[in-house]
Amino acid sequence: MKFIYQTWWKVLAVVLIFYTLTAGFLIGVPRLPILHETIRNTYFHVPMWIAMFTVFTISVVYSIRYLQSGKEEHDLIAVECVNTGLFFFALGLVTGMLWAKYAWGEYWSNDPKQNSAAIAFLLYCAYLVLRNSIDEEQKRGKISAIYNIFAFPIMVVLIMVLPRLTDSLHPGNGGNPAFGKLDMDNRMRIVLYPAFIAWALIAVWIATLRYRIRLIEFKKNAIN
Amino acid sequence: MRLFNETYNLLKKEIILEWRSKYAFNGVLLYIVSTVFICYISFNLNPGFKSSQGYPIVWNILFWIIMLFASVNAIAKSFMQESKARLLYYYTIARPQAIILSKTIYNAMLMGLLSILALLVYMLFFTNTVGDLFFYFITVLIGSISFSTVFTMISAIASKAGNNGTLMAILSFPVIIPVILLLIKVSKAAMDGIDRGHSYGTIGVLVAINVIVITTSLILFPFLWRD
Repeated sequence: MKFIYQTWWKVLAVVLIFYTLTAGFLIGVPRLPILHETIRNTYFHVPMWIAMFTVFTISVVYSIRYLQSGKEEHDLIAVECVNTGLFFFALGLVTGMLWAKYAWGEYWSNDPKQNSAAIAFLLYCAYLVLRNSIDEEQKRGKISAIYNIFAFPIMVVLIMVLPRLTDSLHPGNGGNPAFGKLDMDNRMRIVLYPAFIAWALIAVWIATLRYRIRLIEFKKNAIN
Repeated sequence: MRLFNETYNLLKKEIILEWRSKYAFNGVLLYIVSTVFICYISFNLNPGFKSSQGYPIVWNILFWIIMLFASVNAIAKSFMQESKARLLYYYTIARPQAIILSKTIYNAMLMGLLSILALLVYMLFFTNTVGDLFFYFITVLIGSISFSTVFTMISAIASKAGNNGTLMAILSFPVIIPVILLLIKVSKAAMDGIDRGHSYGTIGVLVAINVIVITTSLILFPFLWRD
Protein backbone atom coordinates (compact mmCIF):
# COMPACT_ATOMS: atom_id res chain seq x y z
CA MET A 1 0.00 0.00 0.00
CA LYS A 2 3.02 2.31 0.09
CA PHE A 3 2.48 2.92 -3.60
CA ILE A 4 -0.47 5.25 -3.09
CA TYR A 5 1.56 7.65 -0.93
CA GLN A 6 4.40 8.04 -3.44
CA THR A 7 4.74 11.08 -5.68
CA TRP A 8 6.51 9.88 -8.83
CA TRP A 9 3.54 8.29 -10.56
CA LYS A 10 1.33 11.32 -9.92
CA VAL A 11 3.95 13.55 -11.56
CA LEU A 12 4.18 11.05 -14.41
CA ALA A 13 0.39 11.15 -14.83
CA VAL A 14 0.28 14.96 -15.01
CA VAL A 15 3.21 15.14 -17.44
CA LEU A 16 1.66 12.50 -19.69
CA ILE A 17 -1.75 14.22 -19.62
CA PHE A 18 -0.21 17.51 -20.78
CA TYR A 19 1.78 15.65 -23.43
CA THR A 20 -1.32 13.93 -24.81
CA LEU A 21 -3.36 17.14 -24.69
CA THR A 22 -0.80 19.08 -26.75
CA ALA A 23 0.36 16.26 -29.00
CA GLY A 24 -3.19 15.06 -29.49
CA PHE A 25 -4.25 18.36 -31.02
CA LEU A 26 -1.03 19.21 -32.88
CA ILE A 27 0.38 16.02 -34.40
CA GLY A 28 -1.12 15.05 -37.74
CA VAL A 29 -3.71 12.31 -38.07
CA PRO A 30 -4.63 10.10 -41.02
CA ARG A 31 -7.26 11.67 -43.23
CA LEU A 32 -10.22 9.33 -43.47
CA PRO A 33 -13.67 9.78 -45.01
CA ILE A 34 -16.51 10.68 -42.58
CA LEU A 35 -14.16 10.73 -39.57
CA HIS A 36 -11.78 13.56 -40.63
CA GLU A 37 -10.57 15.44 -37.55
CA THR A 38 -13.05 13.72 -35.21
CA ILE A 39 -10.59 10.84 -35.12
CA ARG A 40 -8.77 12.86 -32.44
CA ASN A 41 -11.61 11.91 -30.09
CA THR A 42 -9.89 8.51 -29.85
CA TYR A 43 -7.31 10.19 -27.58
CA PHE A 44 -10.02 11.17 -25.10
CA HIS A 45 -12.80 8.62 -25.49
CA VAL A 46 -10.89 5.34 -25.35
CA PRO A 47 -8.63 6.31 -22.39
CA MET A 48 -11.77 7.00 -20.31
CA TRP A 49 -12.75 3.36 -20.71
CA ILE A 50 -9.22 2.17 -19.98
CA ALA A 51 -9.32 4.26 -16.79
CA MET A 52 -12.72 2.82 -15.88
CA PHE A 53 -11.56 -0.75 -16.45
CA THR A 54 -8.45 -0.11 -14.35
CA VAL A 55 -10.35 1.09 -11.29
CA PHE A 56 -13.12 -1.50 -11.67
CA THR A 57 -10.48 -4.24 -11.82
CA ILE A 58 -8.82 -2.88 -8.68
CA SER A 59 -12.26 -2.78 -7.08
CA VAL A 60 -12.91 -6.46 -7.86
CA VAL A 61 -9.46 -7.45 -6.56
CA TYR A 62 -10.16 -5.67 -3.28
CA SER A 63 -13.66 -7.15 -3.07
CA ILE A 64 -12.08 -10.61 -3.30
CA ARG A 65 -9.50 -9.62 -0.68
CA TYR A 66 -12.29 -8.29 1.54
CA LEU A 67 -14.06 -11.64 1.44
CA GLN A 68 -10.80 -13.34 2.45
CA SER A 69 -9.68 -10.91 5.15
CA GLY A 70 -12.78 -9.02 6.34
CA LYS A 71 -10.73 -5.82 6.69
CA GLU A 72 -12.88 -2.70 6.47
CA GLU A 73 -10.14 -0.88 4.49
CA HIS A 74 -10.49 -3.29 1.59
CA ASP A 75 -14.22 -2.61 1.39
CA LEU A 76 -13.54 1.14 1.38
CA ILE A 77 -11.06 0.75 -1.50
CA ALA A 78 -13.60 -1.31 -3.45
CA VAL A 79 -16.42 1.20 -3.07
CA GLU A 80 -14.29 4.25 -3.83
CA CYS A 81 -12.91 2.56 -6.94
CA VAL A 82 -16.48 1.92 -8.12
CA ASN A 83 -17.40 5.57 -7.43
CA THR A 84 -14.42 6.78 -9.47
CA GLY A 85 -15.09 4.18 -12.15
CA LEU A 86 -18.67 5.38 -12.53
CA PHE A 87 -17.40 8.94 -13.03
CA PHE A 88 -15.12 7.77 -15.85
CA PHE A 89 -17.94 5.60 -17.19
CA ALA A 90 -20.09 8.74 -17.51
CA LEU A 91 -17.22 10.62 -19.17
CA GLY A 92 -16.74 7.73 -21.61
CA LEU A 93 -20.42 7.78 -22.49
CA VAL A 94 -20.46 11.57 -22.93
CA THR A 95 -17.31 11.71 -25.10
CA GLY A 96 -18.73 8.86 -27.17
CA MET A 97 -22.07 10.64 -27.56
CA LEU A 98 -20.43 13.89 -28.65
CA TRP A 99 -18.42 12.03 -31.27
CA ALA A 100 -21.50 10.07 -32.37
CA LYS A 101 -23.35 13.36 -32.98
CA TYR A 102 -20.79 14.25 -35.67
CA ALA A 103 -19.99 10.79 -37.02
CA TRP A 104 -23.41 9.08 -36.84
CA GLY A 105 -25.72 12.09 -36.74
CA GLU A 106 -27.37 11.42 -33.37
CA TYR A 107 -26.23 11.58 -29.76
CA TRP A 108 -27.96 8.27 -29.08
CA SER A 109 -28.67 6.10 -32.09
CA ASN A 110 -29.81 2.84 -30.48
CA ASP A 111 -26.44 1.27 -31.27
CA PRO A 112 -25.75 -2.07 -29.47
CA LYS A 113 -22.51 -0.73 -28.01
CA GLN A 114 -24.25 2.33 -26.57
CA ASN A 115 -27.17 0.30 -25.26
CA SER A 116 -25.07 -2.30 -23.53
CA ALA A 117 -22.83 0.40 -22.04
CA ALA A 118 -25.97 1.99 -20.60
CA ILE A 119 -27.07 -1.36 -19.15
CA ALA A 120 -23.64 -1.86 -17.57
CA PHE A 121 -23.98 1.63 -16.07
CA LEU A 122 -27.28 0.55 -14.47
CA LEU A 123 -25.54 -2.58 -13.18
CA TYR A 124 -23.03 -0.50 -11.23
CA CYS A 125 -25.66 2.01 -10.07
CA ALA A 126 -27.47 -0.99 -8.58
CA TYR A 127 -24.28 -1.75 -6.64
CA LEU A 128 -24.48 1.65 -4.95
CA VAL A 129 -28.22 1.24 -4.22
CA LEU A 130 -27.52 -2.21 -2.75
CA ARG A 131 -24.89 -0.71 -0.45
CA ASN A 132 -27.29 1.96 0.78
CA SER A 133 -29.99 -0.60 1.55
CA ILE A 134 -27.94 -2.36 4.25
CA ASP A 135 -27.10 -0.66 7.53
CA GLU A 136 -24.84 -3.15 9.25
CA GLU A 137 -21.28 -2.46 8.10
CA GLN A 138 -19.84 -5.96 7.88
CA LYS A 139 -22.93 -7.37 6.22
CA ARG A 140 -22.93 -4.46 3.78
CA GLY A 141 -19.27 -5.00 2.97
CA LYS A 142 -19.74 -8.71 2.39
CA ILE A 143 -22.89 -8.55 0.28
CA SER A 144 -21.70 -5.64 -1.84
CA ALA A 145 -18.36 -7.39 -2.39
CA ILE A 146 -20.23 -10.46 -3.62
CA TYR A 147 -22.39 -8.38 -5.93
CA ASN A 148 -19.33 -6.53 -7.22
CA ILE A 149 -17.58 -9.79 -8.13
CA PHE A 150 -20.82 -11.02 -9.75
CA ALA A 151 -21.28 -7.80 -11.75
CA PHE A 152 -17.75 -7.49 -13.14
CA PRO A 153 -17.79 -10.46 -15.61
CA ILE A 154 -21.28 -9.43 -16.74
CA MET A 155 -20.02 -5.89 -17.38
CA VAL A 156 -17.14 -7.31 -19.45
CA VAL A 157 -19.55 -9.47 -21.47
CA LEU A 158 -21.86 -6.48 -22.00
CA ILE A 159 -19.22 -4.02 -23.14
CA MET A 160 -16.60 -6.20 -24.79
CA VAL A 161 -18.35 -9.33 -26.07
CA LEU A 162 -21.99 -8.69 -26.97
CA PRO A 163 -21.49 -5.64 -29.25
CA ARG A 164 -18.90 -7.61 -31.23
CA LEU A 165 -21.52 -10.23 -32.07
CA THR A 166 -24.05 -7.80 -33.49
CA ASP A 167 -24.07 -5.14 -36.17
CA SER A 168 -22.69 -2.23 -34.22
CA LEU A 169 -21.55 0.95 -35.91
CA HIS A 170 -18.89 1.41 -33.26
CA PRO A 171 -15.28 1.11 -34.52
CA GLY A 172 -13.92 -2.32 -33.66
CA ASN A 173 -17.37 -3.93 -33.63
CA GLY A 174 -19.56 -5.49 -36.24
CA GLY A 175 -16.63 -5.90 -38.63
CA ASN A 176 -15.66 -2.21 -38.49
CA PRO A 177 -11.95 -1.42 -38.44
CA ALA A 178 -10.36 -0.26 -35.19
CA PHE A 179 -6.85 0.35 -33.93
CA GLY A 180 -4.00 -1.45 -35.48
CA LYS A 181 -5.91 -2.25 -38.65
CA LEU A 182 -6.70 0.44 -41.18
CA ASP A 183 -7.23 3.77 -39.59
CA MET A 184 -4.43 3.94 -37.07
CA ASP A 185 -0.87 4.85 -37.92
CA ASN A 186 2.24 5.30 -35.77
CA ARG A 187 1.62 9.03 -35.35
CA MET A 188 -1.57 8.15 -33.46
CA ARG A 189 -0.01 5.33 -31.47
CA ILE A 190 2.60 7.57 -29.86
CA VAL A 191 -0.21 9.71 -28.46
CA LEU A 192 -2.80 7.06 -27.70
CA TYR A 193 -0.74 4.61 -25.64
CA PRO A 194 0.68 7.28 -23.27
CA ALA A 195 -2.93 8.59 -22.94
CA PHE A 196 -4.04 5.12 -21.75
CA ILE A 197 -1.38 5.11 -19.02
CA ALA A 198 -2.00 8.74 -18.07
CA TRP A 199 -5.77 8.51 -17.62
CA ALA A 200 -5.52 5.16 -15.84
CA LEU A 201 -3.08 6.72 -13.37
CA ILE A 202 -5.35 9.77 -12.93
CA ALA A 203 -8.28 7.47 -12.14
CA VAL A 204 -6.21 5.53 -9.60
CA TRP A 205 -5.07 8.84 -8.08
CA ILE A 206 -8.65 10.11 -7.67
CA ALA A 207 -9.67 6.77 -6.17
CA THR A 208 -6.78 6.82 -3.68
CA LEU A 209 -7.63 10.37 -2.61
CA ARG A 210 -11.26 9.42 -2.02
CA TYR A 211 -10.13 6.30 -0.19
CA ARG A 212 -7.83 8.30 2.08
CA ILE A 213 -10.67 10.69 2.98
CA ARG A 214 -12.92 7.73 3.77
CA LEU A 215 -10.15 6.15 5.82
CA ILE A 216 -9.82 9.29 7.97
CA GLU A 217 -13.58 9.33 8.54
CA PHE A 218 -13.52 5.62 9.34
CA LYS A 219 -10.72 6.04 11.90
CA LYS A 220 -12.45 9.04 13.44
CA ASN A 221 -15.66 7.12 13.90
CA ALA A 222 -13.98 3.96 15.18
CA ILE A 223 -14.48 3.01 18.82
CA ASN A 224 -11.20 2.23 20.50
CA MET B 1 -19.82 -37.39 -4.78
CA ARG B 2 -21.06 -36.06 -1.44
CA LEU B 3 -21.97 -32.82 -3.18
CA PHE B 4 -24.04 -34.78 -5.67
CA ASN B 5 -25.84 -36.68 -2.88
CA GLU B 6 -26.57 -33.54 -0.90
CA THR B 7 -27.84 -31.73 -3.98
CA TYR B 8 -30.03 -34.68 -4.87
CA ASN B 9 -31.55 -34.89 -1.38
CA LEU B 10 -32.14 -31.16 -1.11
CA LEU B 11 -33.72 -31.15 -4.56
CA LYS B 12 -35.97 -34.04 -3.56
CA LYS B 13 -36.97 -32.11 -0.45
CA GLU B 14 -37.82 -29.01 -2.51
CA ILE B 15 -39.95 -31.04 -4.91
CA ILE B 16 -41.78 -32.90 -2.13
CA LEU B 17 -42.49 -29.66 -0.28
CA GLU B 18 -43.81 -28.10 -3.46
CA TRP B 19 -45.84 -31.20 -4.31
CA ARG B 20 -47.57 -31.11 -0.92
CA SER B 21 -48.62 -27.47 -1.03
CA LYS B 22 -48.41 -26.69 -4.77
CA TYR B 23 -48.33 -23.08 -3.68
CA ALA B 24 -45.60 -21.71 -5.97
CA PHE B 25 -46.77 -23.71 -8.95
CA ASN B 26 -50.44 -22.75 -8.72
CA GLY B 27 -49.65 -19.19 -7.74
CA VAL B 28 -47.38 -18.52 -10.68
CA LEU B 29 -49.63 -20.38 -13.09
CA LEU B 30 -52.57 -18.24 -12.03
CA TYR B 31 -50.37 -15.15 -12.32
CA ILE B 32 -49.44 -16.09 -15.90
CA VAL B 33 -52.98 -16.96 -16.94
CA SER B 34 -54.37 -13.72 -15.51
CA THR B 35 -51.66 -11.64 -17.20
CA VAL B 36 -52.23 -13.36 -20.53
CA PHE B 37 -55.97 -12.80 -20.19
CA ILE B 38 -55.52 -9.11 -19.31
CA CYS B 39 -53.25 -8.69 -22.34
CA TYR B 40 -55.76 -10.53 -24.53
CA ILE B 41 -58.65 -8.29 -23.48
CA SER B 42 -56.60 -5.09 -23.68
CA PHE B 43 -55.19 -5.78 -27.12
CA ASN B 44 -58.55 -6.86 -28.50
CA LEU B 45 -60.09 -3.55 -27.50
CA ASN B 46 -58.33 -2.26 -30.61
CA PRO B 47 -60.11 -3.62 -33.68
CA GLY B 48 -57.90 -4.87 -36.48
CA PHE B 49 -55.00 -5.71 -34.12
CA LYS B 50 -54.72 -9.31 -35.27
CA SER B 51 -54.38 -8.44 -38.91
CA SER B 52 -51.96 -5.57 -38.29
CA GLN B 53 -48.42 -5.78 -39.56
CA GLY B 54 -46.70 -5.65 -36.18
CA TYR B 55 -48.68 -8.57 -34.75
CA PRO B 56 -45.91 -11.23 -34.82
CA ILE B 57 -43.41 -8.82 -33.20
CA VAL B 58 -45.84 -7.94 -30.41
CA TRP B 59 -46.70 -11.66 -30.03
CA ASN B 60 -43.08 -12.59 -29.40
CA ILE B 61 -42.06 -9.66 -27.18
CA LEU B 62 -45.23 -9.78 -25.08
CA PHE B 63 -44.64 -13.45 -24.33
CA TRP B 64 -41.11 -12.82 -23.09
CA ILE B 65 -42.14 -9.87 -20.96
CA ILE B 66 -44.89 -11.94 -19.32
CA MET B 67 -42.35 -14.72 -18.69
CA LEU B 68 -39.84 -12.24 -17.28
CA PHE B 69 -42.21 -10.85 -14.67
CA ALA B 70 -43.65 -14.26 -13.84
CA SER B 71 -40.18 -15.68 -13.19
CA VAL B 72 -39.06 -12.71 -11.09
CA ASN B 73 -42.11 -13.26 -8.91
CA ALA B 74 -41.69 -17.02 -8.75
CA ILE B 75 -37.97 -17.09 -8.00
CA ALA B 76 -37.85 -14.12 -5.61
CA LYS B 77 -39.60 -16.42 -3.16
CA SER B 78 -36.95 -19.14 -3.28
CA PHE B 79 -34.96 -17.76 -0.35
CA MET B 80 -37.72 -15.74 1.26
CA GLN B 81 -39.81 -18.70 2.33
CA GLU B 82 -36.96 -20.28 4.28
CA SER B 83 -37.18 -19.48 7.98
CA LYS B 84 -34.02 -18.56 9.89
CA ALA B 85 -34.17 -21.76 11.91
CA ARG B 86 -34.44 -23.94 8.83
CA LEU B 87 -31.49 -22.17 7.18
CA LEU B 88 -29.50 -22.82 10.33
CA TYR B 89 -30.36 -26.48 10.03
CA TYR B 90 -29.14 -26.58 6.42
CA TYR B 91 -25.78 -25.14 7.48
CA THR B 92 -25.19 -28.15 9.69
CA ILE B 93 -26.13 -30.84 7.17
CA ALA B 94 -25.13 -29.60 3.73
CA ARG B 95 -22.46 -27.56 2.00
CA PRO B 96 -23.35 -24.19 0.45
CA GLN B 97 -22.73 -25.32 -3.14
CA ALA B 98 -25.35 -28.05 -2.72
CA ILE B 99 -27.92 -25.53 -1.47
CA ILE B 100 -27.50 -23.04 -4.32
CA LEU B 101 -27.26 -25.84 -6.89
CA SER B 102 -30.42 -27.55 -5.65
CA LYS B 103 -32.31 -24.25 -5.59
CA THR B 104 -31.14 -23.43 -9.13
CA ILE B 105 -32.08 -26.86 -10.49
CA TYR B 106 -35.44 -26.78 -8.71
CA ASN B 107 -36.21 -23.29 -10.06
CA ALA B 108 -35.14 -24.35 -13.56
CA MET B 109 -37.47 -27.37 -13.43
CA LEU B 110 -40.35 -25.29 -12.06
CA MET B 111 -39.86 -22.52 -14.60
CA GLY B 112 -39.42 -25.01 -17.45
CA LEU B 113 -42.75 -26.65 -16.65
CA LEU B 114 -44.48 -23.33 -16.10
CA SER B 115 -43.14 -21.75 -19.27
CA ILE B 116 -44.38 -24.63 -21.41
CA LEU B 117 -47.83 -24.35 -19.80
CA ALA B 118 -47.66 -20.59 -20.25
CA LEU B 119 -46.84 -21.00 -23.93
CA LEU B 120 -49.84 -23.32 -24.39
CA VAL B 121 -52.18 -20.88 -22.64
CA TYR B 122 -50.69 -18.00 -24.59
CA MET B 123 -51.22 -19.78 -27.90
CA LEU B 124 -54.82 -20.47 -26.94
CA PHE B 125 -55.60 -16.77 -26.61
CA PHE B 126 -53.25 -15.24 -29.14
CA THR B 127 -53.40 -16.82 -32.60
CA ASN B 128 -50.25 -18.78 -33.21
CA THR B 129 -47.87 -17.36 -35.83
CA VAL B 130 -44.80 -19.47 -35.03
CA GLY B 131 -43.09 -21.06 -38.03
CA ASP B 132 -40.69 -23.48 -36.33
CA LEU B 133 -42.68 -24.58 -33.27
CA PHE B 134 -40.19 -27.16 -31.97
CA PHE B 135 -37.32 -24.69 -32.02
CA TYR B 136 -39.50 -22.08 -30.29
CA PHE B 137 -40.19 -24.64 -27.55
CA ILE B 138 -36.46 -25.27 -27.14
CA THR B 139 -35.83 -21.51 -26.92
CA VAL B 140 -38.51 -21.15 -24.25
CA LEU B 141 -36.87 -23.95 -22.24
CA ILE B 142 -33.41 -22.37 -22.55
CA GLY B 143 -34.96 -19.06 -21.57
CA SER B 144 -36.56 -20.42 -18.42
CA ILE B 145 -33.29 -22.10 -17.40
CA SER B 146 -31.39 -18.82 -17.95
CA PHE B 147 -33.93 -16.86 -15.90
CA SER B 148 -33.61 -19.42 -13.10
CA THR B 149 -29.82 -19.34 -12.88
CA VAL B 150 -29.68 -15.55 -12.79
CA PHE B 151 -32.64 -14.92 -10.51
CA THR B 152 -31.70 -17.61 -7.98
CA MET B 153 -28.33 -15.96 -7.26
CA ILE B 154 -29.87 -12.46 -7.23
CA SER B 155 -32.64 -13.55 -4.87
CA ALA B 156 -30.01 -14.98 -2.53
CA ILE B 157 -28.33 -11.56 -2.47
CA ALA B 158 -31.63 -9.67 -2.16
CA SER B 159 -32.85 -11.91 0.67
CA LYS B 160 -29.78 -10.91 2.71
CA ALA B 161 -30.43 -7.23 2.08
CA GLY B 162 -33.87 -6.69 3.54
CA ASN B 163 -35.74 -8.82 1.04
CA ASN B 164 -37.73 -6.17 -0.76
CA GLY B 165 -39.09 -6.40 -4.27
CA THR B 166 -37.49 -3.15 -5.44
CA LEU B 167 -34.02 -4.44 -4.74
CA MET B 168 -34.73 -7.70 -6.56
CA ALA B 169 -35.83 -5.75 -9.66
CA ILE B 170 -32.95 -3.26 -9.53
CA LEU B 171 -30.33 -5.97 -9.11
CA SER B 172 -31.69 -8.45 -11.61
CA PHE B 173 -32.82 -6.35 -14.57
CA PRO B 174 -29.39 -5.14 -15.74
CA VAL B 175 -28.20 -8.75 -15.60
CA ILE B 176 -31.22 -10.16 -17.40
CA ILE B 177 -31.41 -7.55 -20.22
CA PRO B 178 -28.66 -9.15 -22.37
CA VAL B 179 -30.22 -12.57 -21.81
CA ILE B 180 -33.67 -11.41 -22.85
CA LEU B 181 -32.29 -9.60 -25.90
CA LEU B 182 -30.61 -12.79 -27.08
CA LEU B 183 -33.76 -14.81 -26.35
CA ILE B 184 -35.97 -12.44 -28.33
CA LYS B 185 -33.52 -12.65 -31.22
CA VAL B 186 -33.46 -16.47 -31.26
CA SER B 187 -37.21 -16.82 -30.77
CA LYS B 188 -37.95 -14.30 -33.52
CA ALA B 189 -35.76 -16.36 -35.85
CA ALA B 190 -37.73 -19.47 -34.79
CA MET B 191 -41.01 -17.62 -35.42
CA ASP B 192 -39.99 -16.61 -38.90
CA GLY B 193 -38.86 -20.17 -39.59
CA ILE B 194 -35.31 -19.09 -40.42
CA ASP B 195 -32.78 -21.92 -40.79
CA ARG B 196 -31.75 -23.14 -37.30
CA GLY B 197 -28.05 -22.98 -38.16
CA HIS B 198 -28.16 -19.17 -37.96
CA SER B 199 -29.21 -19.23 -34.30
CA TYR B 200 -26.60 -21.66 -32.95
CA GLY B 201 -24.09 -18.86 -32.32
CA THR B 202 -26.59 -16.89 -30.22
CA ILE B 203 -27.57 -20.02 -28.28
CA GLY B 204 -23.86 -20.59 -27.66
CA VAL B 205 -23.59 -17.11 -26.10
CA LEU B 206 -26.66 -17.87 -23.92
CA VAL B 207 -25.10 -21.12 -22.73
CA ALA B 208 -21.84 -19.27 -22.02
CA ILE B 209 -23.69 -16.64 -19.93
CA ASN B 210 -25.38 -19.45 -17.98
CA VAL B 211 -22.05 -21.16 -17.33
CA ILE B 212 -20.53 -17.87 -16.10
CA VAL B 213 -23.50 -17.19 -13.81
CA ILE B 214 -23.55 -20.72 -12.35
CA THR B 215 -19.78 -20.71 -11.78
CA THR B 216 -19.85 -17.33 -10.05
CA SER B 217 -22.80 -18.37 -7.88
CA LEU B 218 -21.02 -21.59 -6.86
CA ILE B 219 -17.91 -19.58 -5.94
CA LEU B 220 -19.72 -16.70 -4.23
CA PHE B 221 -22.61 -18.36 -2.38
CA PRO B 222 -20.36 -19.88 0.34
CA PHE B 223 -19.44 -16.32 1.36
CA LEU B 224 -23.03 -15.15 1.26
CA TRP B 225 -25.01 -17.79 3.13
CA ARG B 226 -23.83 -17.19 6.69
CA ASP B 227 -24.56 -13.97 8.60
